[in-house]
Amino acid sequence: MKGMTLIVKKTTQLIAGMIFMYGIYVIVHGHLTPGGGFAGGVIIAGSLILVTLAYGSDFLKLIKEEAGTTMIESLATIMVILIAVSGFVFGTKIFFNNFLPKGIVGHLISAGVLPLYNIFVGTEVAASIFIIFLSLIIFKEESTQ
Amino acid sequence: MIAYIMCFILFFVGLYGVITRRNLVKIAVSLSIMEISTFLFFALVGYIDGGVAPIVDPSDPVKVYVDPLPQALVLTAIVIGLATTAMLMAVIIRLFRKYGTFDIREIKNLRG
Amino acid sequence: MELAISIITGLMIIGALYAIHAKDLLSSVIACGIVGYSLVICFLLLKAPDLAIVQIVVDTITLIIMVAVVLDSSREELYSKPDTQGFITTVTTVLLIMILLYFFIVSIQSLDVLGTSSLRMAKHYIEGAAQKTGSANLVTGVVFDFRGYDTMGEAVVLVTAVLGVLTILRLKGKK
Repeated sequence: MKGMTLIVKKTTQLIAGMIFMYGIYVIVHGHLTPGGGFAGGVIIAGSLILVTLAYGSDFLKLIKEEAGTTMIESLATIMVILIAVSGFVFGTKIFFNNFLPKGIVGHLISAGVLPLYNIFVGTEVAASIFIIFLSLIIFKEESTQ
Repeated sequence: MIAYIMCFILFFVGLYGVITRRNLVKIAVSLSIMEISTFLFFALVGYIDGGVAPIVDPSDPVKVYVDPLPQALVLTAIVIGLATTAMLMAVIIRLFRKYGTFDIREIKNLRG
Repeated sequence: MELAISIITGLMIIGALYAIHAKDLLSSVIACGIVGYSLVICFLLLKAPDLAIVQIVVDTITLIIMVAVVLDSSREELYSKPDTQGFITTVTTVLLIMILLYFFIVSIQSLDVLGTSSLRMAKHYIEGAAQKTGSANLVTGVVFDFRGYDTMGEAVVLVTAVLGVLTILRLKGKK
């Protein structure tokens, strides 16, 4: 599909990077301020959708392989399995145990294993929503004869 | 009590839309309205007068917090609602490409 | 507070009624997006900032997907004559709604008045949460530490939805 006009492209060049950094900030500070994994994940997906809509899929050379899946989704599935097993393997035989030391409340490195959970869940949510958007909007020419 | 009843009237407006409309896109819109009314009802149950948002301030720890448990349930439900609506839209795209119309009575009469 | 929430919910009901009866599909989809944005104001009044952030971005993405589906296909709803099947369906729905509304009003007498929640379950979560989990955000502590299974189930549901969308829109099968 074609992209949009020149004004939209120049504005996206200025703003899309800032939205991405804001999404990473919301994920990493999930245990101190409102936000967390889900909110930051959808914000990152929003910035990727903005770049794809403004420049068009021809310019970005988005192709779809024959196998029918992309690398982002495989990475997200591996992240999900890592979430489920990490508490069991390293803990003391309790699933989802919070095993890392909990620091002082209010510091950036505290709350045990919670920041790692935030990062993994945020990546997985962003990948899922971006793949849904790509297959519904960009790759739907495949379903026409 | 009035807030709870208005919330349920919004749910019933969505239910009326799902049952009586013939256009597929309007059925999807009404389903989304039903989900929105459910989220509002959950957030209303856990509210306390004079409470603050559930963020602990280390310098002033004793306060009255709003109930964090319904907020945790709604947080998961909002993202799942997005996934459900996206899957419904995929099915609607496929149906339109095959039959050429959004009307459910026409699709029922065509019979493959 | 109850008056403000009731007024905003009344406006949401008017918007939802327009979204169902609109002649143009694009207007109906935009009205659904406006109902979602009004929910963000209700969340901010009810002291829930996490939910407000998630709802405002998710509603924007839903609006993008719905507008793309409508603009690519036909844009108007064909007018249909009111026939007997539609009339019987409408009357049955209105009767069903009145019965359900009566039962709802009877069962809501056991809830507390808005604003005086008894916090029976959350008392155990709030009392030692900052020391037990070590996080300052209580909602993140509840979602990831006290109720970790729900988060794992939600991640699995998202992966399943992605697999479902990719399977429905596939054209070439395996030979």
